[in-house]
Amino acid sequence: MRHFFFALLMLCLSLAAHAALDPAAVRQLAAEESDDKIAAIQKLALTAEPDALALLQQLADGTLKDENGEDITINNRVRRELDGALAVLKLIDPDTKVRYKAVKEIATNVDAGMAPMLARARDRETEPKIRALLIEVHALATLKDADPQIRLAAAKALATSADPNTKALLKAQSEPANETEVDVRRAAFQSYLAVKDRLTLAETLGRIFSGLSLGSILLLAALGLAITYGVMGVINMAHGELLMIGAYATYGMQGLFRAHFPAHEDWYLLAAVPVAFFAAAAVGILLERTVIRWLYGRALETLLATWGLSLMLIQAARVIFGAQNVEVANPEWMSGGLEILPSIVLPLNRIVIVGFALFVLVLVWVLMNRTRLGMFVRAVTQNRGMAGCVGVPTGRIDTVAFALGAGIAGLGGVALSQIANVGPDMGQGYIVDSFMVVVLGGVGQLAGAVWAALGLGIVTKFIESWAGAVIAKIVVLVFIIMFIQKRPQGLFALKGRFVES
Amino acid sequence: MSRTPFIVRFLGATPKQGWIAIAIAAAITLVLLPALHLLVPASSPFHVSAYVITLVGKIMCYAIVAVAMDLIWGYTGILSLGHGVFFALGGYAFGMYLMRQIGRDGSYQSDLPDFMVFLDWKALPWYWTGSDSFLWSLLLVLVVPALVALVFGFFAFRSRIKGVYFSIITQALTFAAMLFFFRNETGFGGNNGFTDFKRILGHSITAPEMRVTLFALTAAMLLGTLVLGRYLVTSKFGRVLAAIRDAESRVMFIGYNPLHYKLFIWTLSALLCGIAGALYVPQVGIINPGEMSPANSIEIAIWVAVGGRATLVGPVLGAFIVNLAKSFFTVAFPEYWLFFLGALFVVVTLWLPDGVVGLWRKLRNKGVAA
Repeated sequence: MRHFFFALLMLCLSLAAHAALDPAAVRQLAAEESDDKIAAIQKLALTAEPDALALLQQLADGTLKDENGEDITINNRVRRELDGALAVLKLIDPDTKVRYKAVKEIATNVDAGMAPMLARARDRETEPKIRALLIEVHALATLKDADPQIRLAAAKALATSADPNTKALLKAQSEPANETEVDVRRAAFQSYLAVKDRLTLAETLGRIFSGLSLGSILLLAALGLAITYGVMGVINMAHGELLMIGAYATYGMQGLFRAHFPAHEDWYLLAAVPVAFFAAAAVGILLERTVIRWLYGRALETLLATWGLSLMLIQAARVIFGAQNVEVANPEWMSGGLEILPSIVLPLNRIVIVGFALFVLVLVWVLMNRTRLGMFVRAVTQNRGMAGCVGVPTGRIDTVAFALGAGIAGLGGVALSQIANVGPDMGQGYIVDSFMVVVLGGVGQLAGAVWAALGLGIVTKFIESWAGAVIAKIVVLVFIIMFIQKRPQGLFALKGRFVES
Repeated sequence: MSRTPFIVRFLGATPKQGWIAIAIAAAITLVLLPALHLLVPASSPFHVSAYVITLVGKIMCYAIVAVAMDLIWGYTGILSLGHGVFFALGGYAFGMYLMRQIGRDGSYQSDLPDFMVFLDWKALPWYWTGSDSFLWSLLLVLVVPALVALVFGFFAFRSRIKGVYFSIITQALTFAAMLFFFRNETGFGGNNGFTDFKRILGHSITAPEMRVTLFALTAAMLLGTLVLGRYLVTSKFGRVLAAIRDAESRVMFIGYNPLHYKLFIWTLSALLCGIAGALYVPQVGIINPGEMSPANSIEIAIWVAVGGRATLVGPVLGAFIVNLAKSFFTVAFPEYWLFFLGALFVVVTLWLPDGVVGLWRKLRNKGVAA
């Protein structure tokens, strides 16, 4: 019976492509001594053959039998060695994702002994992305090789790397203390420069992305204001609190989904978008109807009154939701990141927010330029009296436009809830920033707000990289203050002949 | 044609009733209240407690700020949302002196202020030079806020930034200053600011005599500010300010340059705020960057609006009404204070554009008419 099993095993081994494996090594797996087993494992691992992987996997699972059909047992030392070998052998796994992950893992802990195996895996690899990585890892493994020619080849091959560790290794290799051959030193130094440039570029790209992401947040915070202040001339100091309402609406939807649709909890965010819009718009209508409408044309009074409204809204949020920040979780599909280079991972939630900002922007643009309502709003902005004469209900348009601005602030709140703290005071932090965006862009200009937001975001992130967040913020504020002195109309001014508006 | 001497014009600007009112106010604040605090035993019902003296002293500092704000907003039509900066700068300038007066009595028994020891600094930064001198500190109190205002105002008014734009950039100014002072590396105590003061000119800061002296100084400063304000707004200069407020373009067309007028009143206003801040810090015993938060600066505007813009008594009344209400609410109904303050902003802008002084005038005129 036992013989039968073993015969079957041998048959399987020989029938499939197992023939390539050294039978002696396969047999040695069943040896008594752990050292012999380890030697066999290493030998098999270095073949980089799919069969070796299958065999070692069986050994790890405890399903491999010896010639007598008995289970081959392994101790902890052997198991450790086996795990390492399996990790290496994952390089030839048929699944590209597994292979990719395996290369990444090995790259962090590369060993000169792996070189032959890595070379084999490299030659076998068909996926260009993984192959490039394998070339790099192989070069890393052979950078300290005894043969200068191999070292030279490795130093040259590493020029394509984008890893900060490789950069450090190449730097070390280009120094006379570590490398005797001039050629290798030169090649290493050239590769070092190439890697450094690539890393600098990657860093710059990463910074531009975080700038874009900050810019989209600023834009989402400021777009609503660009309508209420820019287009209608209403100084709405309660704008930050409309953001807060949007964020709390998101929190509310999260609670609702958790309680009633736990299976679809991840989709609460989509449901929150319209809810936040209408909640903030409803509050906006309330504010406009009760207070703001009596103050049109008196900008400074509007400023003070809306500040008062903002204080009341903050206190209301404290009374309803408590003074503490509430927890709003990222949905599953928004967590994680997208790796564009080994050193930069773009967080998925930031990417979603950039996309969301774009969506809101398009929404606003279409509403303002392609609908009857937008035309009315623009007409009232340009000439209230004339618009009224030709039958535009100016009073109602004011309310609707204000509600629209407030609703868009609510959408901004949804985005903020995903990356910032949600609490009663959250709006206060955005009010100065939002006004800066609108003022910098030029009052009455949606396009100006877009450029101002993105520009401010990117500039802030670049200053942040060498001066820290607080100084960056101060520098940007001072810059805006100085810019306004030079161009009080902002970046994009409406052309007109008014002495004063 | 001989010109009336300046001193006559100056004193004549305040009408007789005004002088009487000022004399009464001076008698109360300079003599009566200090006497009731110092001489009447604590058991007596007429005793004025240290709490009252400190509270009224604090509110009088606010009242000076409110009058300064009124000169620039009520009379010149420029709403500053950044006056907290000047107030805090004055406070910090004097606070530096108070910190040095602690001497070796701090928690670390060092010559350096505690927060610097905590940051492991070995020597005072250059801008602390001379901060142990009382006179130098007074000079800083006067010069620093005024200089900041002068530079900022020059550039802002020169490019004819006005209205809401000006308000928003002053708000950005105070916000930036607050962030700057929040940094530990700035050298002004970071988050915690300055506190734990011990002495002024070698005298204990907690002694009743010192408390009363500061109180009386603040009262004198407030009354002086009112007299100065009255002189300014009734002079030709004050007329030009009002003209700038009501029709700036016309003022330019008839040959005035509003820049100088605006810049002068703006800098003066900042200077007054700085003095108020310097008087405020020893009485309250703390100064931190929170004083520069945009919310604080907007609150100054509401004091003026509640009292009545373009009147001089109004801001003083407003500062007292709002701050007494704040003291009352934060003790009795802390939950409702922000509702009250918010509602105050709305009510005053919607229904009381001239504040309580305007309301009183309206009622009195109605009485006369009937």
